Amino acid sequence: MSIGSLEIGAGSELTFKPFGSRSLVMDVPLLITLLAVIGLGFVVLYSAVGGQTELLVRQGIRIFVALMVFVVVAQIQPRTLKLWTPWIFLFGVTLLVLVLVTGVVGQGAQRWLDLGIVRFQPSELLKLAVPMMVAWFMHERRLPPTFTQLLVVILIISIPAFLIARQPDLGTAILVVAAGGFAVLVSGVSVRVISALGLIGVVSAPLLWHFMRDYQRARILTFLNPESDPLGAGYNIIQSKIALGSGGLFGKGWLNGTQAHLEFLPERSTDFIFAVMGEEFGLLGLLLLLALYLLLVGRGLLIAAQAQDTFTRLLAGALSLTFFFYVFVNAGMVCGLLPIVGVPLPLVSAGGTSMVALMAGFGMLAAIQGNRKLLAP
Amino acid sequence: MNQAIQFKDHWKEKRLFLSRLIAAAVVIFLLTSVLVGRLFQLQIVEHQQFSDLSQGNRLRIEALPPTRGLIFDRNGVVLAENLPTWELIVIPEEVADLDDALDALEKLGLVDPDERADLTELVRSHRGFERVILRNLSEEEAARFAVRRHHFPGVDIREGLVRHYPYGAAAAHALGYVARISPADLERIERSEYAGSFNIGKTGVERSYEQVLHGAAGYRQQVVNAQGRVLLYPAASIGSAEESDSQTGLETRWPTPGDNLVLALDIRLQLVAEEAMEGMRGAAVAIDPATGDVLALVSAPSFDLNRFSTGLSQADFRSLNTDRDKPLFNRAITGSYPPGSVVKPFLGLAALKYGVVDADHRAMCPGYFVLPGHSHRYRDWKRQGHGLMDLHQAIVESCDVYYYQLAVKLGIDAINQFLSSFGFGAATGLDIRGETRGVVPSRDWKRQNFSRREDQVWFPGETVITGIGQGFTLFTPLQLAHATATLAVRGTRFQPRLVIGTEDGVTGQVVMREPQAQPEIEIDDEYWQRIHDAMIGVIEEVGGSARTVMSGTAYRVAGKTGTAQVFSLAQDEEYDAETIAENLRDHGLFIAFAPVEAPGIAVAVVVENRGGGSPTAAPVARRILDTYFQDTEYVDR
Repeated sequence: MSIGSLEIGAGSELTFKPFGSRSLVMDVPLLITLLAVIGLGFVVLYSAVGGQTELLVRQGIRIFVALMVFVVVAQIQPRTLKLWTPWIFLFGVTLLVLVLVTGVVGQGAQRWLDLGIVRFQPSELLKLAVPMMVAWFMHERRLPPTFTQLLVVILIISIPAFLIARQPDLGTAILVVAAGGFAVLVSGVSVRVISALGLIGVVSAPLLWHFMRDYQRARILTFLNPESDPLGAGYNIIQSKIALGSGGLFGKGWLNGTQAHLEFLPERSTDFIFAVMGEEFGLLGLLLLLALYLLLVGRGLLIAAQAQDTFTRLLAGALSLTFFFYVFVNAGMVCGLLPIVGVPLPLVSAGGTSMVALMAGFGMLAAIQGNRKLLAP
Repeated sequence: MNQAIQFKDHWKEKRLFLSRLIAAAVVIFLLTSVLVGRLFQLQIVEHQQFSDLSQGNRLRIEALPPTRGLIFDRNGVVLAENLPTWELIVIPEEVADLDDALDALEKLGLVDPDERADLTELVRSHRGFERVILRNLSEEEAARFAVRRHHFPGVDIREGLVRHYPYGAAAAHALGYVARISPADLERIERSEYAGSFNIGKTGVERSYEQVLHGAAGYRQQVVNAQGRVLLYPAASIGSAEESDSQTGLETRWPTPGDNLVLALDIRLQLVAEEAMEGMRGAAVAIDPATGDVLALVSAPSFDLNRFSTGLSQADFRSLNTDRDKPLFNRAITGSYPPGSVVKPFLGLAALKYGVVDADHRAMCPGYFVLPGHSHRYRDWKRQGHGLMDLHQAIVESCDVYYYQLAVKLGIDAINQFLSSFGFGAATGLDIRGETRGVVPSRDWKRQNFSRREDQVWFPGETVITGIGQGFTLFTPLQLAHATATLAVRGTRFQPRLVIGTEDGVTGQVVMREPQAQPEIEIDDEYWQRIHDAMIGVIEEVGGSARTVMSGTAYRVAGKTGTAQVFSLAQDEEYDAETIAENLRDHGLFIAFAPVEAPGIAVAVVVENRGGGSPTAAPVARRILDTYFQDTEYVDR
């Protein structure tokens, strides 16, 4: 056919063949759930920005771009991806160094690279590149990794993490460490090694405190006691809890969130959009959103379980767990379970790079799922 | 490459991987549970609390202050009202430079340089969009500002209401004044009722009837954003007292104006009495014996009430407070004076009641009195003596020696008991604050008020001088007027009162209050009559101490003069007004009631440090009585 044909495969993979033999790879459950989350997120964002059309149009464009990236990345063969991985990683680290040298300063931190039309946060690229690199490194080796291998992996993770933390962007640095760490975890490192690393983490916490900037320390202190400075550092979390709590079971209704619309809630279109949702749609709305997120995570873990080689397995596992980690850190921060770190709510918060990076990650999951060879292991 | 390393056990790896995934799924499940649990806690368990906090964030209540009730005299003359005024206001966020603006206002004479710091502080303590009232402007000041308004962005004038007393200083101590709410005031009021009010009653009727006059504050809910800017008002419509905007759900409760007060005061009597006491220190109280209505309550010197409501400067208040003549001091109810001879009619009545003398009892007055067994001479004001005196003549001529004897015969216990029954030594119950009790001395009183044991004993000599209203005895002018009223109507007593009725601020319905009777005094009518006759004699008979002052009245008066020593003369020392410091000179007193056949008014006047009662206090009473009777077709004689 000249236009192409559309088939629904037995494994619920959609194959679209625009050029005859080469079919379009797509994971339908993943796509539907993603669209549901993005759609719901856009509805909440509409309320959060208070009808500022310009912002909505920009977010719409980002969503479109992100979906395109998702579709394109899904077409890349995992083996090709594996081949590119070291270069992507090196490219990302180079960009990070560039940012530190020439980057644009925004909101007190040097995170952006100005590419003329778009401004781009290289650290987002590393959220993907780091787990890819860890998976790539592990792929050739026997699992579980040896101690020396583990040291190499720690280096792979900590170099970009250190560069990002220097920007300073603690939130993203933690996410990058988490992304790499999850790849290590699922690779089968023994519980003993994990505990040892955890212990080192705890012991080094005071050291970390020493290297923190004042505002980062304030955030930790505020987390421990938000009421100590209700109009200063504690303001965000107090207002966010009020927004959530006053939403109740059913919420105040779409566009009726007083905390959001009367500007009591800070960062409502970005880091605290979860609170806007909780205020307007209540606990039920949040449970729906969390359920959709869990569906995505579950689908990702399933893809990981069905993956056929170490690289895809580790990559799919790490990406899925990292995604959950994003959700948990943001939601936990908004409802006062965790200190405030600048982590957006995935697929919902306004912001381009994060959305594109996430969708690229899901594109990889779709690619892994769509390119399995039907062979007995 | 090394084959041993390259060898991979795919089965084992996959099992390990799957077990890790399962472990991860379990952790994910647990973390999600924690998250959902937290959300449940916030959104369900603590929902109400956060909901209230959210409402508190969103809604701000704008207080709508009530209009203060008016005060009328007994004939409906307005004594306190609310006048439109101009308020000089500042909207901080629209003022480019506050200091420059205040400088310019100062040059125009609209801002007191002394208050610059306070005003700056006041403006700074408000949020940018809130209107700050700097002060009230006079019509002329408002005009001065109005023509230069365009030089003052962010500064404006606005209409407001200010308490105004048309008679200024008249009846200042009875009416009292309103002034800025102080931290001390906040302790005794319901703060929410005063959220939009600037002034509160501080003294007099303005204070004691504060709750009646104030009314009930209203409020209006407004939606505000995080910066506090008002985004939404309820639709303004004055309908029912309480309403809820159907569109916005915002509530409005309109304020209820305070009730108006009708006072017992007759402003004509008040003005005349104040005029008569111009330049003096002292007090005058006129009471209607049939009701206890206080027709006039004068404390001289007085002060202008309007200075307080428009915002008295610190310096002005200090000068009022430190004035030697103490204009803020309410002499009529807080001042206590030795009564001198005005106590004699009361003690004469006591002697008749207790039977220690009868009407025909006569005693010789040689000009002095000596207690049996003592040598001290208690002297009469008339050195050569009055000669043979009976009770009647002793009142008419105010013979001291007769009353020395009479007091000794009565004894201090009977004197104390009798004077107390007239209300001396206790607050009369007037409906404003500040009454002092005065002193009716007794053995108990001495025991309680002296610390040294030898001073706690009651000496017979102290009884002697109590007989002429000296010694420890202290009465307030109000007590004197009250007791004189009781004397006038032969024992019927009413609690003195300033407020006789209220007028509902909304409906205009007037409710008059019933006079409050006090325990009556039972004495034979004959005895009352004898004392009345003697007091008439003071006015009408040859030798009567107030004859000249009270001559030629169209009505018949009964009265008694008194002169109270402020300090004791040594034995054989002459009182010489010329050589004695002004503030140690005698006080003059006068009590009277009229018309004697059916008393309608009882008066007590005290004039400080100007000598005896006849030339000083009695003329004041005369002016009051003349005014009281000027409209009355009173024909007798």
